[in-house]
Amino acid sequence: MRAFFIKLANLNRTIIYLIITLGVITPLVVPLNLGQKMSPPTENLYTYIDTLPKGSHILISADYDPSTLPELQPMLEAIIKHAIIRGVIPMVMSLYPEGTGLGIQACEKAKEELGARPDTDYVVLGYKPGFSAVILGIGEDIKKVFPTNYSGVPLDSIPAMKGVKNYKDIALTVSLSGASTPLAWVTYAYTKYNEKLATGVTAVSAADFYPYLQTGQFVGALMGMKGAAEYEYQVNKLLEKNGFEKGKSVFAVRGMEANSIAHFLIMLFIIIGNLGYFLSKKRREA
Amino acid sequence: MVLKLILLLFALKGEVLNIKDVPNDDGSKLRIEYAIPFAVFDSAFIYRIEGKKSVKIDRLIHNEGAFIDDGLSYKGHYKYKLVIYSDTLQKVFESGLVSPKASWFDTSQFPLFLVVLLYTGLLLFYIQHARSGKSMYLRPIAGLQALDEAVGRATEMGRPILYVPGLSSLSDVATIAALNILSHITKKAGEYETKILVPVRDPIVYTIAREIVKESYYSIGRPDLYSEDDVFFATDSQFGYAAHVSGTMIREKTATNFFMGMFYAESLILSETGASTGAIQIAGTDAVTQLPFFIVTCDYTLMGEELYAASAYLSKDPMLTATLKGQDAMKLIILLVVGILSVLNLFGIHITLGLF
Amino acid sequence: MLQKKIPLAIVLVFGIISAIQYFVPHPLSQEYYDTMLKWMIGVGSMAVFLALVSFLRHHYVRLKVKEHAPYSAVAILSFLFMTLVGFIGGMGPGSIFQKMFYYVQAPLQATMFSLLSYYMASASYRAFRAKSFEATLLLITAFLVMFSVTTFGNYVPGIPKTLEWIMAVPNMASKRGIAIGVSLGSIATSLKIIFGIERNWLGG
Repeated sequence: MRAFFIKLANLNRTIIYLIITLGVITPLVVPLNLGQKMSPPTENLYTYIDTLPKGSHILISADYDPSTLPELQPMLEAIIKHAIIRGVIPMVMSLYPEGTGLGIQACEKAKEELGARPDTDYVVLGYKPGFSAVILGIGEDIKKVFPTNYSGVPLDSIPAMKGVKNYKDIALTVSLSGASTPLAWVTYAYTKYNEKLATGVTAVSAADFYPYLQTGQFVGALMGMKGAAEYEYQVNKLLEKNGFEKGKSVFAVRGMEANSIAHFLIMLFIIIGNLGYFLSKKRREA
Repeated sequence: MVLKLILLLFALKGEVLNIKDVPNDDGSKLRIEYAIPFAVFDSAFIYRIEGKKSVKIDRLIHNEGAFIDDGLSYKGHYKYKLVIYSDTLQKVFESGLVSPKASWFDTSQFPLFLVVLLYTGLLLFYIQHARSGKSMYLRPIAGLQALDEAVGRATEMGRPILYVPGLSSLSDVATIAALNILSHITKKAGEYETKILVPVRDPIVYTIAREIVKESYYSIGRPDLYSEDDVFFATDSQFGYAAHVSGTMIREKTATNFFMGMFYAESLILSETGASTGAIQIAGTDAVTQLPFFIVTCDYTLMGEELYAASAYLSKDPMLTATLKGQDAMKLIILLVVGILSVLNLFGIHITLGLF
Repeated sequence: MLQKKIPLAIVLVFGIISAIQYFVPHPLSQEYYDTMLKWMIGVGSMAVFLALVSFLRHHYVRLKVKEHAPYSAVAILSFLFMTLVGFIGGMGPGSIFQKMFYYVQAPLQATMFSLLSYYMASASYRAFRAKSFEATLLLITAFLVMFSVTTFGNYVPGIPKTLEWIMAVPNMASKRGIAIGVSLGSIATSLKIIFGIERNWLGG
């Protein structure tokens, strides 16, 4: 038995890779349907949007490119759908040129699956270069930064933009990013204009954003695939309740199942490694 | 309507439109302040007049009392006109001619400026101190002590050394620190006649790394050892670069791998491949998120500022060593300030020194 | 000697001006900054040309070595193909260049990125050994964090809060400690170069 564990602790890395592959693929092929309980940062964001009065506006900035799409796109889609179902108007913009297409894609999905009407139920503002200048500009007048929507329609003539001038009329701004862009929103939109902020970030950069949650600079946050899955799951329940079966998505939920299995396998490897280490140490001592 | 008119005129006594310069800017902004009773009028517009040109710049919706007019020139002269409408009534207010001022010093950055001056002064003080010839103690840094040994190992095995100067550009100080270490390692490798391979991701870093390697060989009197092909541009794609370097490690069977500079998500791919080939590995980075990966997979890791200290440590130049003393002194000051302010904060005394 | 003195003088002058520029919001200062950026772009463009020559030479030399030849052949052919496709068909939406980017390069990059999960597994398998008190502490913390980021983490009372605490307190404290040292070190390195004390970047 001891020899077996020592042998196990010195497993060839090819076998480890193979086990990880199987662990990741299996839940993607055979769904585990584990369910997703919301963690506090996700719950805070969900509840905040859920309790906004009908007709409120939220600004969502898709500040990422396709490289971080698997984690961030499900967040964008779920937040847009959640807002639309609740009668809140999402305005989608991007500080990254590549984010524009991803924003449009998410809105098109909401249009197709929920029957949402562009410029009435949601607005696509598009991309504007200039990071801090854009964030500060919205604090003065959004129409100066985005005179038209993505299709070139003047914001003044868009019904959904009626009465929206600056952050005072925007109940929440959500920055989805794989980098440190949400911090620029904190520096300019929160500090200067006291705008309510939330964020969605990749798991690898999540550690950097926890202090901002603690200080209340973000009302809520979606941390990596886990946050995306929790939000997506919750929105799915809401869609089901409202009879929008077609709008349900399981991209992040499935991804998170694979992710969880991979984590458990790594934990198992660590336990095996330690068992082998202790047993071989004992043998040496004996 | 008469009542509304009376209310309007009554409320509009005093200064209605006030234009102020925005301090600490490049002279492109003016602050437009207005005091109008929003309850008694239907709409209000602000116009900017420059020469004969009049532009409508804002429709006032909220009673914010002020907004910033941006995009102006410090050479221009502007006038502002506020027009308010109530039913069929219209009232116009005009400001005097104003010109935004361009500042020569951003006073909001004054605390930072002082800190920079203090730190520079400290560094110069210790450099001057070093000139007097007094020796300074440097704590041993295992990763740096092992550098020569790592080069020696490659020589013994007759295999090349791989030096990765990070994936960032020259604007990252970590890259500059990495290039400083490259000079030292090239000289050492030159003395032992061991081949050094330097794949580079950034074109500018490539040209500089090439010159450093060439100059280093020259400085030890071995220009013959330099080969144009030792320092090369691999690709600017992050993961393409990781694939290339991993392939190089496996095919060239490098005995020693150095990963110095700025790294991102590819750090583990590089160092784990190196670990699998059995190479001795020394890493150094200030990328906090990548440090754990290097610590796990490399034999030695220079953490954060140790990377910057490497040049002083390796060259033993007293002037360079002196700057490390300066850094330590500044760190002590920061620690004291943070400690004192935290204690004061516990007692409800909030002092930020204008830094936060 | 002059070969080293001229670069050092340029570094001194432009280093000091650029440091001061940060505190000056005047348009003239901005103009200086923009000019410097343009120069950087200009110098960078020239460097790209040199880098391409280096890339091609490196792989051309390796074409003659049996072990490296297949890889270098792929590198050179891919380079030539993409250049030709870009010149002939353009790089706009729907072009072959863009399709190659989206359907070949992007998945290849994603594949390399995803290898991380394997490396993470094998690295943690080797590294997380309870060899000492500190290592055991690290192991327990890693276990807690890993468990809390799985789907099951939220179902165990206290785990989400523990994760938040680990991330916001010990994790952030150590990160900030390193960050302070890094900032001071990077300023010192910059000053050493500006004042010409550090000359290793010139080859020593």
